[in-house]
Formats: sequence, C-alpha cells, structure tokens
Amino acid sequence: MSGPILVFVELGSGEAVGDGAGGADRVSLETLAFARSLAEGLGGAAVEALLFGAAAGVAGGLGAHGAATAHIVTDAAIAGAYAPAAWGAALAELAGSRGAAAVIGPGTDRGAEVLAHAAARLGMPLAANVIAATPGASWSVTRQRWAGSLLEDATLDAPIRLLTMAPHAVAVDERAGARPAAIAPLTPTIDAADLVVRVTGHEPPAKGSVSLTDAKVVVGGGRGVGSAAAFSELEELAGLLGGAVGVSRVVTSNGWRPHTEQVGQTGQRIAPDLYIACGISGAIQHIVGCKSAKRILAINTDAESPIMALADYAVLGDLHQVVPAISAEIRRRTG
Amino acid sequence: MASLPKRAKVVIVGAGIVGNSMAWHLAKLGWRDIVLLEKGTLPNPGGSTGHASNFIFLTDHNKEMAAFTIDSANQYRDLGVYHECGGIEVARTPERMEELKRRMASSKSWDIEGVRLLTPTEVKAMVPFINETIILGGFYTPGVGVVDSLQAGTLMRQMAQEMGALTIAAGVEVTGVDTENGRVTRVRTDHGDIDTEYVVIACGIWSPRIAAMAGASIPLTPAVHQMIDIGPVPMFANARTEVDYPIVRDMDTNMYERQHGNGFEVGSYAHRAILMDPDDIPSIEASALSPTMLPFTQEDFDPQLEDALELFPSIVGDEKVGVKLAINGLLSLTPDGNPIIGETPEVKNLWSVAAIWIKEAPGIAKCVAEWMTHGTPEIDPHGSDIARFYDHHKTWQHIRARTTEGFNKTYGIVHPMEQWESNRPIRRSPAAARHAELGAVAFEAAGWERPFWYGANESLLAEYGDRVMPRAAEWDARWWSPIINAEHLAMRDRAGLVDLSAFAIFDVTGPGALAALERLCVNKVDVRPGKTVYTPLLNPAGGILADLTIMRLAHDHFRVVTGGGMGMRDRKIFVDGLPADGSAQLFDLTSAMTTFGLWGPRARDILGAAADGSADISHAGFPFLTSKLVDIDGVRTLASRISYVGELGWEIYVPMEQGLRVWDALWAAGRPHGMVPVGIGTYAVTSRLEKGYRAHGAELELDFNLVEAGMARPSLKDADFVGRAAYEAQRAADPVAILCTLTVDDPTSSSGIKRYMLGREPILTPDGRSIIDAKGRRSYVTSAGSGPSVGKHLLMTYLPPEHAVVGTKLVVEYFGEHYPVTVAIAGATPLFDPDNARIRA
Amino acid sequence: MRVLVCVKRVPQTGGRIVLTGDGQEIDTKFLGFTISPHEECGVEEAVRIIEAGGGESTVLTLGSAAAEEQLRDAMALGIDRAVLLETDGSEWDPVSTAAAIADTIRAQEAAGGPFDLVIFGNESADSGGFQVGIRVAVALGRPVVSGLKGLTIGSGSVTARREAAGGGWETYELPLPAIVGVKEGINLPRYPSVPGRLRARKKEVERVPVGAAGTGAAAASGAPMGPTKSMLRLPQEAESQVEILGRGAEAAPAVVDLLQKLGLVAR
Repeated sequence: MSGPILVFVELGSGEAVGDGAGGADRVSLETLAFARSLAEGLGGAAVEALLFGAAAGVAGGLGAHGAATAHIVTDAAIAGAYAPAAWGAALAELAGSRGAAAVIGPGTDRGAEVLAHAAARLGMPLAANVIAATPGASWSVTRQRWAGSLLEDATLDAPIRLLTMAPHAVAVDERAGARPAAIAPLTPTIDAADLVVRVTGHEPPAKGSVSLTDAKVVVGGGRGVGSAAAFSELEELAGLLGGAVGVSRVVTSNGWRPHTEQVGQTGQRIAPDLYIACGISGAIQHIVGCKSAKRILAINTDAESPIMALADYAVLGDLHQVVPAISAEIRRRTG
Repeated sequence: MASLPKRAKVVIVGAGIVGNSMAWHLAKLGWRDIVLLEKGTLPNPGGSTGHASNFIFLTDHNKEMAAFTIDSANQYRDLGVYHECGGIEVARTPERMEELKRRMASSKSWDIEGVRLLTPTEVKAMVPFINETIILGGFYTPGVGVVDSLQAGTLMRQMAQEMGALTIAAGVEVTGVDTENGRVTRVRTDHGDIDTEYVVIACGIWSPRIAAMAGASIPLTPAVHQMIDIGPVPMFANARTEVDYPIVRDMDTNMYERQHGNGFEVGSYAHRAILMDPDDIPSIEASALSPTMLPFTQEDFDPQLEDALELFPSIVGDEKVGVKLAINGLLSLTPDGNPIIGETPEVKNLWSVAAIWIKEAPGIAKCVAEWMTHGTPEIDPHGSDIARFYDHHKTWQHIRARTTEGFNKTYGIVHPMEQWESNRPIRRSPAAARHAELGAVAFEAAGWERPFWYGANESLLAEYGDRVMPRAAEWDARWWSPIINAEHLAMRDRAGLVDLSAFAIFDVTGPGALAALERLCVNKVDVRPGKTVYTPLLNPAGGILADLTIMRLAHDHFRVVTGGGMGMRDRKIFVDGLPADGSAQLFDLTSAMTTFGLWGPRARDILGAAADGSADISHAGFPFLTSKLVDIDGVRTLASRISYVGELGWEIYVPMEQGLRVWDALWAAGRPHGMVPVGIGTYAVTSRLEKGYRAHGAELELDFNLVEAGMARPSLKDADFVGRAAYEAQRAADPVAILCTLTVDDPTSSSGIKRYMLGREPILTPDGRSIIDAKGRRSYVTSAGSGPSVGKHLLMTYLPPEHAVVGTKLVVEYFGEHYPVTVAIAGATPLFDPDNARIRA
Repeated sequence: MRVLVCVKRVPQTGGRIVLTGDGQEIDTKFLGFTISPHEECGVEEAVRIIEAGGGESTVLTLGSAAAEEQLRDAMALGIDRAVLLETDGSEWDPVSTAAAIADTIRAQEAAGGPFDLVIFGNESADSGGFQVGIRVAVALGRPVVSGLKGLTIGSGSVTARREAAGGGWETYELPLPAIVGVKEGINLPRYPSVPGRLRARKKEVERVPVGAAGTGAAAASGAPMGPTKSMLRLPQEAESQVEILGRGAEAAPAVVDLLQKLGLVAR
C-alpha cells in the first residue's frame, strides 16, 4: 500500500483577500480531483490535504473533493500570513512524516512557490504544470512547457514525487454525500528564518472590479482595438456583463492597459464561461491563456485570422462598430 | 473563408503588392472570373510586401526600370497612398559626387522633374539631424515618396471586387499546377481545385516553388536585407506625418535612413549577401514574425551601425533612443538584378510576375496585364522578360553566384559596361584557346566569353596614333581600350576576323515554316533559297520587338540568326508563332553552330585563300544578302554575305566542333593580308555607329516604330504579319521623331579633359532645355561610341522633326557639363560610306 | 549595490512551435533567440536599480556558447558585466541548474563581494520549471519571493509587491541580501540604444565551463534530479466549428440572443 498523496490546498479568493478567509481555490480543487484519480491508480492510496488557517468547515468540505484527511496549520505565527518558505517547510515536514508517495500543489503563484520550497528542502525534483501522470516504479508525467503551447513527456524518479498541476487541465470533481475530511491539526517546526518572508501588507482590488481569473465573462482586446482610449468600448461591454477586460501582450507593451489585465503566456490563464475576443488575431502566446474558456466569441474584420479556428462564434466586422452596438442592444433589452 | 470557385479565367497566386496590382489591372482591362489566392491572411499575408520600407526613389539609369517606377509612383498617387517627402542621395566621396551628376543626367533622360544637386549646407537645411561635415553633397529628388503598399493592395482588390471581376480567397495554399499539352489547366489547393485558363505567379520569394509545380523555372533567390527601426526620437515627437523629412540614401555605405513617425529606420545593403534556398522559407505558422521577417543577425549589421552613427549622431547616438525592431527581411534577387515577368517559356498561359520591389509593382502589373490582354505593353519589358534566360542562368550555382556578387551593388556606382566576375567562364567559343593566345579581353554576353578587344593588337596603336581617340577620363576609359578603335581602323584598311559565337541560331523547317515566318516578319521571307532577309519583328501595336536575319536555305528550311542577348526571348516569339498543326518545327542550333565574321577590303582574298576554290565567291557569283556552302580546310561551312560593320565580307557558320579548324584556316589565310582579330567593341559599337545600324534594346524598342527608326521600306509585302495594321498607320502619318546620328563637336570639358559619352545621356537644346516629342518622349542618347574612321565621337538619338535636320546644333549633358553636338545624319543614311560601296565591293 | 540577474536564452517562437524529427528539441532553424520575457524585465529592473542607486550589475546565464548573444543583449541595455556558465548545449534540469548557479554565486561573491540582490525571472519561457530561483535561495540560505511585479529598494531591505490571487496586491519585506523572482509587468523594458549595442559588442564575457547536464555539484551529491525529458509533443489543437453570427453592427441582436441563451444577460 502506497503512502498518501498530499495536496497543498490554497485558500482565499473572491471578495475577501485575507489569507484563509475564502474557500478553497478552484485550481486547488482541480488538483484534488487529479489527486483522487491518481490515488485510484496507486491502488486506493489516501488523498490528504494541507491547509493553512482554514476554518474547519472549509477543510471538512474537501471530503467531497476526495480528501480523506485535512491537515490544518492554525498557528497564527505561521498561518496568519502567507509565508512561502515556512509553508514549504511545513509541507516538506508533513510529506516526510506521512510517508507521502506524492505531493501536489496547484499551479498558481503560491502553489508553485510552496512546492518549490518543499522540493528544495526535501532535495527532490519538482515537475511543474503537470496535466497527466502515470504512477509506477518511475512516474511518467506529461507537463506543460511554453505555458501549454508544448507538452513534455518526462519521467520523475524520486522517493517523493512533487508536482504542480497546470490550471484547468482537469475539471473539479465534487461528489455529494461524501464523508467530510477528517481534521488533523498540524504544528510544524518552523525555523525563524523561514518566517522572514511573509505577506506584510495588502492593497485591496479597486471597488467593483471583477477579478480576471474569476470573471464569468472576459472581454478581450488586442492590437485591433488601436488605442488606449478605444478600450472604453470594451470596458462598457464588460461592465454590462459583469465581466472583466483582458488584453493581449501587444496592448500592454504599447502601454494601453496595465499588465494585470494581460492574458497569455506571460500573463493570466483564464477560464471564463465566455471569452469575447475583440481585434485579437490569436497568436499562440495569447491563446494559451484563454483556451480554457468554455466558449469564445471572436469579433474581427478578418475571417482568416487564427482566432477563427478556435472560436465558437464570430462576428465579422470592425469592433469599434460591433462592440458599441452590442452594448446598446443589451441596454435596450434590459431596460 | 469564401468558398473557392470551381473554375476561373485566371488564378493569381499571391496577394502582395504584385498580386493585388495584377488583379486590379486585369479587371480594368476587362478580365472577369479572376481568382486571387493567398496562403496567408489579409491585408498583410507575410511576404516581402509586409516588411517593405515602402519608399520610392525615382531615378534609375535603366530606362525600363525608371519607366516602371515612374508609372508606379503615379498609380500610387492616384490611389491616394503616396506621401511625397523628397529624397536625397548623399555622397561621401568625390566618385559618388560624379555619380550623382550622372543621376542628374539620367533623371533628365527619363523625365524626372525638379532634381538638383545640393551642397552639404543645403542638405543640412532639409535634414537638420544629418552630420553634413562628412558629406560632399547630395542629389535631391522632390518626387521621392513613401507609399502605404498594404493600403494600395487593399484598394486595388476592392476596386476589382466592385467591378464584379474578382474573388479573393485567403488562407488557401496552392499545392499543384496542372498542365495539359504544355498549357495551364488547373490550380490545385488545400481547399479544392480550380480549373483555369491562366495562372499568374505573383508570390515573390515563393514563386520558384509554384513555377516548379508546373515544370517552369523562375530563377530567383530569397535574400536578406537587414533593417532596424529605432525610436522614439525626441525631435520627431511632434512629427506631423509619417515622413516629415526627406529620405536619405547614404550611397557610399549602401544604406538608407528615414524618419518614420517618431521612429527612424535604418536599412542596409552593405552586409554580406545572405541567400536562402526557396524551399527553406519557414511556414507562416512557424515564423516568429512572418516568413519573410527572419531573426536579425546582429553581427552582420554592427559595422553599419557605426556608419549610421557617423551620419546621424544626434539620433542614432542618443542613448535614450532604442532599437525597437531589427529584422532580416527577405526579398527576391535575380541573377541579373532585373525582375522576372512574362509568360514562362515552358508553359503556355503560365505568367511570372516576380522579383519586384514596391517601387515598381503597379507599373509592372499594368505592363503584364496589357501584355496578357493584347500582347502590347506600353512600357517595353524586354529587360525583365522571363524568356531572356538560358538554361545556365537557371542553375542554382549561377543564381547564387550572381546574386551574391550583385547584392552589394544595390547602391553601387555601376559602370554601364561593368562585367560580372563570378561563375565565369560559362560558354566558350571553339576558338577560345586562340583568343587567349591573342590576349583577348572578354566581356560576357548570354554566358559567352566574347573578346571585346585583343591585347595582341596593341602594336596597332602606334600605327594609328591619335586616330584611336584615346580617353583621358578614367570613367570613359573603364571597360574600354583604344585598341578597339585600332582594330576598327585595321579592319577598314585590311580585314578583321570576328568571333560571333554568341549568336542565337534556330532552324525553322517544314511545309508550314514559310507561312509561320511570313506572319511574324515585317519583310518578305518568301525569297528564293540562298537569299538572306533582314527583318524587324513587331508586336500587334507596331512596336519594335526584334530585328534579325533569316537565311532561306531551302524551300522549307529557314535559318534565323539573332543576337545572343535576347536569343531565348526571340526563340520564344518564334516557338509561339509555330502552327498548332505541327507543320513547322524549330530546332535550336545555338550550341551546335559557331559563327565567324570576316570583313574588310581584303576579305574576298582571304576567303579565297582559305576556301578550296569550289565555290564562286566573286561579287557576281556571291552577291550581297545571299548564302552558300563554302568548304574551308575540309570543313563544309555556310557562308553568308552580309555585314554589320559596313565592309565587304561574310558570316561563316561552322559546326561547333570544327570551329577551331576553320578559325585556324581563316587565320592562316588572313595574316598575309594584314588581317587582325577584331573584338566586339568594333563589331557592336564603332563600326555599327559609323554605319548607323540600329540595335535592339538601344534604338529598337517597343516605344519606337519603324518609320521613326528610319527602317520603313518603300513598299509593303502582300502577306499579313503581326503589327501590320499599326505599321500601315505609322507609315501614313508623319513621324513625330526621327532617329539621327550626331557628332560631338568638341568633347573638351571645363577642366580641359576630353570626355566621351557612353549612352543614355540627355540631348538638350543649346540653352539646356529638354527636347520632348509630340508623344512626350524625351531625346536621349540611344547609343554612343567612337567613330574612328570619321574622327568624331558619335551619338544616336531620336529627335522631333524640327530638330532632326542635318546641321542642327544641340548639346549633350555628361557629368554635369554640356557639350556641343551637331545633327550629322537625320535618318538611316550611313555617316561612313553613305553609298555602301564597300559592302557591295 | 551589487545586483545579479540570471537569464535564459530561449527561442523566439512563432505561431506554431515546430519540433525536430526526434521530438527532443524545438526546431530553431528559422528562429531567433531572446532572453525569456520575465527575465527581460529582470534585466531592466537591475539596470534601473543601479541607475538609481549606483553600484554594479552582472548578468549570468547557463547555456551554450551561443548564449553569449543574450548576455550582450543585456549589456546593451546597461548591465555592466556578464558571466556565461558554458554548457555543451544539452538541456539541464532545474536541480542541476540551481546547483551550478549557487556554486557560481558563491565563487563570484568570494572574488568580488556579495550580491545584495539576485534577480530571477518567475519561470523560464521554454521549460517553465518555476523553481530555480527558490532552489538557489534555499541553497544559499537567503530570503526569496517570486511572482513580483514591483520592487522598491530600501536601506538594507527590499519591498516587493505581487498580485494577490483574488485581485489587489500583497507586499513583502525582505532583508538584503535577498533573491527575487520577477514577472513581466514589473516594468516596461527599454530597447537597446545603438551606442549601447556598440559598447556591448566590445565588452568581456567571463566564461565558466560547466560541461554536460547531470555533472557538477548536484550530480556529485547523488540527490535525485529531474524531471527527465522523454520527448516533446504538440498539444492537440481543438478545432472549433465557428458559427458566424453576422457582419458589423447588424450582428448585435444575434450576439445578445447568444448572451441571453448562455445566461450572461437577463432575458
């Protein structure tokens, strides 16, 4: 019988930004779903979660996502603020004490950082942004390179396999009626040096702004928008739809919009219900950031642009005419 | 993507500036069911158009290219996409200053207005950020401009679409071109096949690939042109337009620089030639920027950065101005530097429109569209005609060698007679070893090594003294020797032996041969066997296509002899004119026969001594313009009594492998008579000019007619021929220009050195005004050269009738100075031996 | 202040990545190379820190001899000196890479004094391991934080700023010497000037041969390495059947019908 699969679960999103104040992060839930299928491949190994500062209810609810046990660090000195080295050390310690077969984290900023710390401390390799894994004497993994434009089949040989999960590579797998996860408080031994780096301040997002990664609708703008000023048309539509504006790299390098809105290889990976791509040709560097959208509507003058091969719907025409017309039509219908 | 039509009248492959221009011009000329296929996306498909620097300098020493460029600029202007900003070519060296004066002259010859030379201070006034201390001056053209070539393409497509003539399909890749019986039938694509009557290949660097699908050859190579875009430049922060300042060409460093909004573009032709195999061009998807924008190779450009820094220190040297874009842009290079246009000789109705720059694209497209429609382009495209290539030109080795050599001459000071150095020798006369022994200095023609003069004749210089008209100016004497004139005089005094191996020779045979030839030729070909006919060929509009000789060897056997330079183009004209029923055939004997010319007062004595005596070579027995078999040293040759030098003599046609034997026999027979080897410098220039013989590509071009050229004969033959109706109309009207021979009265320059024009200079009124005929054509020197036997430097030029009067005084402009000239002959009368007594001796 | 920035030479890929026949590498026949995008911002940040506060900046890379091009690119932007850990061109895993860089930092510091700040890109564009900077920090016992889009140098410390998961920002304070991983967006990198290019051409590059992957300190320790590449492949492209809703402004009603159907606009 193999040791458990340990999953670092990241918390905190939505309206409250304080660490541990929100529920489990979506990519963490995807990671649990992946861990569950992996555990089945390991002959029914247990899936165990590690959380920092979570309410017991949230932790227990991970049972529906396949976690048999939820280890919770509640010591405010460690869990009170995100501290990458300390959290990584705690994860490494728990992996050792639990005899974990694998340690998996979400491929988020924090997940990647905590897993890297754990791997460095354990002296073991880490495979980042994995989308598939086959256990065995030597694990075969498939991982993303170039932010997903390219896949690598690799082997991972180590006593503990450390992975991060590529965002949106698998679906969240929540099963109603599952047993809540058993809560196991954890008090790791943390060196003071590992608490030197920790979140010491927060700046809340602008009032009323919708997070790009959480938005159900993202209105994307590319080179075709043409200027900083012209983005008001996209903002208006996003506002009417309760969505966010996302942009391609050329837009930020032209200084038209802030980099926080960039979608793609060096920006955000988004998975909204609908991505409205306005004046975006569809370079692969952008596509890797938005291809997890459930549906794509392209607004483009050029029927031959690469985005058309990816889009589910298209409007052919000048976005400066089409986008305001859509906004006007929404206003008309919704009074 | 719009669904592909199943059939089309014409499929154009490639929607860059060339393909778009073709679609528009074909539509305008009435073509319908035009399909434009493009592999990439519109409006910028990723070919060379997309990264072009888009500026147009108008002046080119080459008449044809200048005409295409001027026409293109006018078309861009009409489309509203031409931004006129002026352009300055600057000189860093005295040699370049001289070249700029020559560019002034060419601008006058080709009707480019407002050009002038600038002092460094005047350059600085126009381009305040230039370091004027390192330049000697500039050549300013106010009409230089920048175009939006993508917008031009879009507009032309739209106009063709609005006429209901055009279907556009982007994202469609051509996968095959089918032919049947040597004719295009179908284009295959990854989106289905299109049956079509015509295919136009307009896809730049990819053109060789498409042509190869049909079994045709377009000899070009993709090559790299480096450019960088730097900015933002503080002093351009308030730039009003894309280009507020004149574009600068730094000719001596092979570079150009221009303001570009708030940026500054630096381009170079100075780096090593970086060629690519056409099959190695990346796909659109696999390219980082586009298939024609390759990764920049910094080390090639570093020396150019130093040059740019020196000329524009305040911009290029600004630490705050960054290199925003740096690319190795692909463009097409050809072995002779000219575009490749026209119907491919291999496949009927398969047209090439390739190796074309932004500056000439719409003009060339208009020309090709006219050519496809009526066979009558307004601008003579012979220098760009795809049919000009011999097979050796199409080899990868030749393309690589010549494009590599030619690349750094993009802004070079290229002498009109400048010779290629690479990939020589290619074609050699059977007497090549003798040429070498005689110290021949060979120039290349159609791949042949043709002796231009013989070092062994240096001893003649003493014999003729100042009659050889020595040249003191280095430019005038470059690619020239006074020996040429000595050979000329020795031939006129005694005799000369000329190697004419470069002739292109085709036999046309069969029961349908006579009718086919009559249809092509202006002059009557139906002569008795043994007679030789000299004849022009016209296009349907009466423009002069070619001039050549045809020997009727038997009832149904004709031998066509034409110059090597246009030999393959002329062959295509004849092949295209053969009857469809196969009743006449053309055999190319160019590589099977060699030709020697024997001319001079002693020619008959020499031929008599060399021949075995069985043939009567007396004047009565062997009259002018006849041919017969003459056996020389056991070799059966065909001797043709004819002359392009104005002397008694023969062209002697010999099987190639026996050529050396005949050369040696003629040599042995000629020496006792004082015969000398004579080079092409005499044959094609001096003796021709003294006799007023017209040459194709100089006096004879599509934009002139036979009446103007003085070649109209008193009567017309009965048979119909191509261009007859137009020719009849020309004969009925008074000519608006007359070809004249001028003598240079005094070639002494202001510095006291005698100067000798080389051709293409403007002929002006004594007060320096351009001479323009009723068709708007300017008078320029069509041919220039020494007249050793008349003791004058000779020029040929077309003049309006009011000037075409013997004795009229005019001037010629040469390197910025005006030299007095006099009309010596108006019309075709020879200046030397006007009665042709020597020929008929 | 002494700042070290670590960069990686990566191909400048186009619309579609093309692999070599054996699936081991990207076919770079037609591709140029660049500094990985996050690291370009790292270079800019290093240059700005030295411009503002004085000191010396160093750029370091581990790669083949050809990677000298990226070092010179960095110097053209204003970096003072360059160190090339010259490999045979084979791909190094993150464990070996981090070990070699940590060794080099120790050696460089022994010779020239400590680096107050070592800057990494958040992850390399090509292999995307997300770990080398952290491994180096752990090896050197220095504080580290990744994902940064803001850095402010204080006296003896650095304030770092990164985007929070749900929006907004979070800040960190790190005592110097420290290690940071930066992301694109932290700054807008400058373009190299022509004088910068010409100066960079003449500068020295210090070369430290490190040989083949899997050699050196990490291998000697016997610690597990990896992941070990078997082969590369392209993801399957999800070709969609696109439904054209219309042309121009007239398409607006059809678009809003769709939005309503998807429940994104109230009916």
